[in-house]
Amino acid sequence: MDAMVPALAVTPSPLEQFLGRQERVGLLRFLTCGSVDDGKSTLIGRLLYDTKLIFDDTLATLERDSAKHGTTGADIDFALLVDGLEAEREQGITIDVAYRFFTTERRRFIVADTPGHEQYTRNMATGASNAELAVVLVDARQGVLTQTRRHSFIASLLGIRHVVLAINKIDLVGFSEARFNQIRDDYAAAVRDLGFKTLAAIPMSARFGDNVIAPSARTPWYEGPSLLAHLETIDVDADDAEKPFRLPVQWVNRPDLDFRGYAGTIASGVIRPGDRVTVAASGRTSTVARIVTMDGDLHEAGAGSAVTITLADQIDISRGDVLAAPDAPVAVTDKFDAHVVWLSEHTLFPGRSYVIKLGTRSVSGSITRIRHRIDINSFEHVPAETLGVNDVAAVSVSLTAPIAVERFADVPELGGFIVIDRLTNATVGVGMVDSAVQASTNIVWHDLAVDRAARAAMKGQQPAAIWFTGLSGAGKSTVANLVDRKLHALGRHTFILDGDNVRHGLNRDLGFSEADRVENIRRAAEAARLMVDAGLIVLVSFISPYRSDREAARERFEPGEFLEAFVDTPVDECRRRDPKGLYARADKGLIRNFTGVSAPYEAPEHPELHLRTDQASAEELADRVIDELRRRAIIV
Amino acid sequence: MSDRISHLKRLENESIRIIREVVAECRAPVFLYSIGKDSTVMLHLAMKAFYPSKPPFPLLHVDTGWKFREMIAFRDAAVRRLGLELIVATNEDARRQGINPFDHGGYYTHAMKTEALKAALRQHGFDAAFGGARRDEEKSRAKERVFSFRTAAQEWDPKNQRPEFWQLYNGRMNPGESLRVFPLSNWTELDIWHYIMLEKLDIVPLYFAAERPVVTRDGSLIVVHDERMRLHPGEVPETKLVRFRSLGCYPLTAAHESDATTLPEIVAEMFTARTSERGGRLIDRDEKDSMEKKKREGYF
Repeated sequence: MDAMVPALAVTPSPLEQFLGRQERVGLLRFLTCGSVDDGKSTLIGRLLYDTKLIFDDTLATLERDSAKHGTTGADIDFALLVDGLEAEREQGITIDVAYRFFTTERRRFIVADTPGHEQYTRNMATGASNAELAVVLVDARQGVLTQTRRHSFIASLLGIRHVVLAINKIDLVGFSEARFNQIRDDYAAAVRDLGFKTLAAIPMSARFGDNVIAPSARTPWYEGPSLLAHLETIDVDADDAEKPFRLPVQWVNRPDLDFRGYAGTIASGVIRPGDRVTVAASGRTSTVARIVTMDGDLHEAGAGSAVTITLADQIDISRGDVLAAPDAPVAVTDKFDAHVVWLSEHTLFPGRSYVIKLGTRSVSGSITRIRHRIDINSFEHVPAETLGVNDVAAVSVSLTAPIAVERFADVPELGGFIVIDRLTNATVGVGMVDSAVQASTNIVWHDLAVDRAARAAMKGQQPAAIWFTGLSGAGKSTVANLVDRKLHALGRHTFILDGDNVRHGLNRDLGFSEADRVENIRRAAEAARLMVDAGLIVLVSFISPYRSDREAARERFEPGEFLEAFVDTPVDECRRRDPKGLYARADKGLIRNFTGVSAPYEAPEHPELHLRTDQASAEELADRVIDELRRRAIIV
Repeated sequence: MSDRISHLKRLENESIRIIREVVAECRAPVFLYSIGKDSTVMLHLAMKAFYPSKPPFPLLHVDTGWKFREMIAFRDAAVRRLGLELIVATNEDARRQGINPFDHGGYYTHAMKTEALKAALRQHGFDAAFGGARRDEEKSRAKERVFSFRTAAQEWDPKNQRPEFWQLYNGRMNPGESLRVFPLSNWTELDIWHYIMLEKLDIVPLYFAAERPVVTRDGSLIVVHDERMRLHPGEVPETKLVRFRSLGCYPLTAAHESDATTLPEIVAEMFTARTSERGGRLIDRDEKDSMEKKKREGYF
């Protein structure tokens, strides 16, 4: 008979009593994690199978799939129950987290089966973020591996305080107590500083079911509970009584002029009509008038409740504001220290502008400094200039506007944030606030000059000069204008310095002698530099025929800020195009010192961009420039 | 301090938060209303999320032309009662070509459901669509994010989903891209029925057992719903006491024999059920991994 059905099957009449009891049965969300092939999916399959929670048709499919894809010979391959994606079944690996649901008489469970491959760490972290407990699997033959440590560390960072160490495949080490003890002790030493409140080690064979739902006779030396018994009874309630009230405003509800409600999910604390609340950023205070729901007004609401409250006074509140208890104000700051897990293949460079979403607020900001990276094997702090995918680091974050922030450990809802790429909108990082840095006072502010990095950061870009050089008629301005238009469309701040236009004003006094050409380029370079200081991306379109002048211009910039773009068009083609009729006049001797006709052009030897107009359209070349800017992280 | 929040209240809170977040972050959300029990629960949650305002988005029903009459009647009554806007989308080209569930199998589903849905989303410029799918329904749904990103071609890339943390959803996207959002991701079939019971929600009567004319095909009971039903040679409809566990197009949705005529009886039946909820959906059987394939192409 089913483990959970008897009470019903025998006496179906007290159904509503049963449902009432079920309604009060608590929920535990846990994940399985650990290295590849430690048996995570198999364990979940075993749990569902042994608790009789697999439907007949699902089981029939599973048996068929096991024969086809399975890795367990004639037995059912339980991993195929959770590895639901085609690619996963073909490759026999878990790529993304799968959620499974099961209920016993004592508890209901949502289990996240997460991938073991390092490549898919972001999906493991996704599963961990909503779990209260982690079942960390270890292959008894392998012991504690790098992934075991990585997953434990990430679970700890994301707020998990309870761990089960499932020492799996214990059958393959002859049910050895010594081996079990050794792995348990290794692991306990490894995670000593990760802040877990409970750690239970259980010897297990997921494949054969030992100690999964019932104690195994094959491990008589183990006196603890089975996995299921442990999961059914462990107390994971966070100690969140007495926390001050916090409500991040999610949506302002205004059906008509008479009603103005603030909808959101209470992050911490309790609220009642009559309570005073303060708007974190403005400091304005009012009194809660009503807690409105479709089922009638509430006299009280607590953490986790999705509510709509109205206030006694008309004060300015919008999405992203945080309502807080006046006697326990929330920190409002534009700077905080945090731990981040980097999730993107694109490297994190300090200073690059991202969208940071925290609570219901999204603001521009950047990771200004990597305080240290954490070596996942030794948990040691190591210095780092950049972060790669799956790196974990302690960083300093700076935002373009102050927001309400809490330590993640205190109020996760106001201490957890995601980092979003501006261009692709992908979630590239996840962070946990360690401490808010006191908002700068005016005195401190005066000491801090607004530097070029700050100006550029506000524009969400790295400043740069792109120096288009080439013969007259080569297409420099055409390409530069297209690049300008594309950058503008991407919301970048740009300016074009065009040779002809600058000669009408700034360089009106200069002719075409070699000395004047040098001065012409020098002034253009200085003008471009000022603009780069102002945070702009400057597109300089000058024939600039002499290598040394271009090198001199380059030296006015920081390394990486100056990109030489050689617009390469054969002189015959330029002469054919002759958009301004200059070649015709030069050929007739009407223009002296005309580059390519009567004056030399020194082609760049190692331009950052070599744009050959005889091989690609101006549009394609402009795209290449944009790609290069991206590659160099000048734009994101 | 209040009592511990009950299980269903916790699910309700989570769903309301998801629905509100979409409205706060997206430009033009739409609610995929498929008339079934999950849509009914999701619509109720949307009413709660914005009360006393109405949900600030229209409902969209993809009508294949082969839905049960009772479903259409229920839909129209629900929309009228709640005072909401309803958009009905049909692939008129395919309908004119006579695409039907008897002759065109998997292509029928693709044309009348997936393509009709994608065309409607495109035509109205919707950038987010609520769907009532749950993770406990099917193995590829078990893998899907709450905010599930779609490319400009409305395709799902299951191997490269955006990571998703806590209840901090990333609703940002570029023009042309869109989201499918699943507020009921963490609900189970039993939760849905339990909630319908507690909140006293009306559901389509087809969920309750009644005498209906059926034929047996490949072990499935198909209701002979109207004159378009094609009977195979020798097939004679017989009247049986049947009900539905899941509702779709009538020729593709199997009924099962049951005498459950009340909600408690339905729930009791669920405890003894040995087949999965979508077992009655014939479209899930047409190809291996069919749900994932359809989802990648834009099916809900």
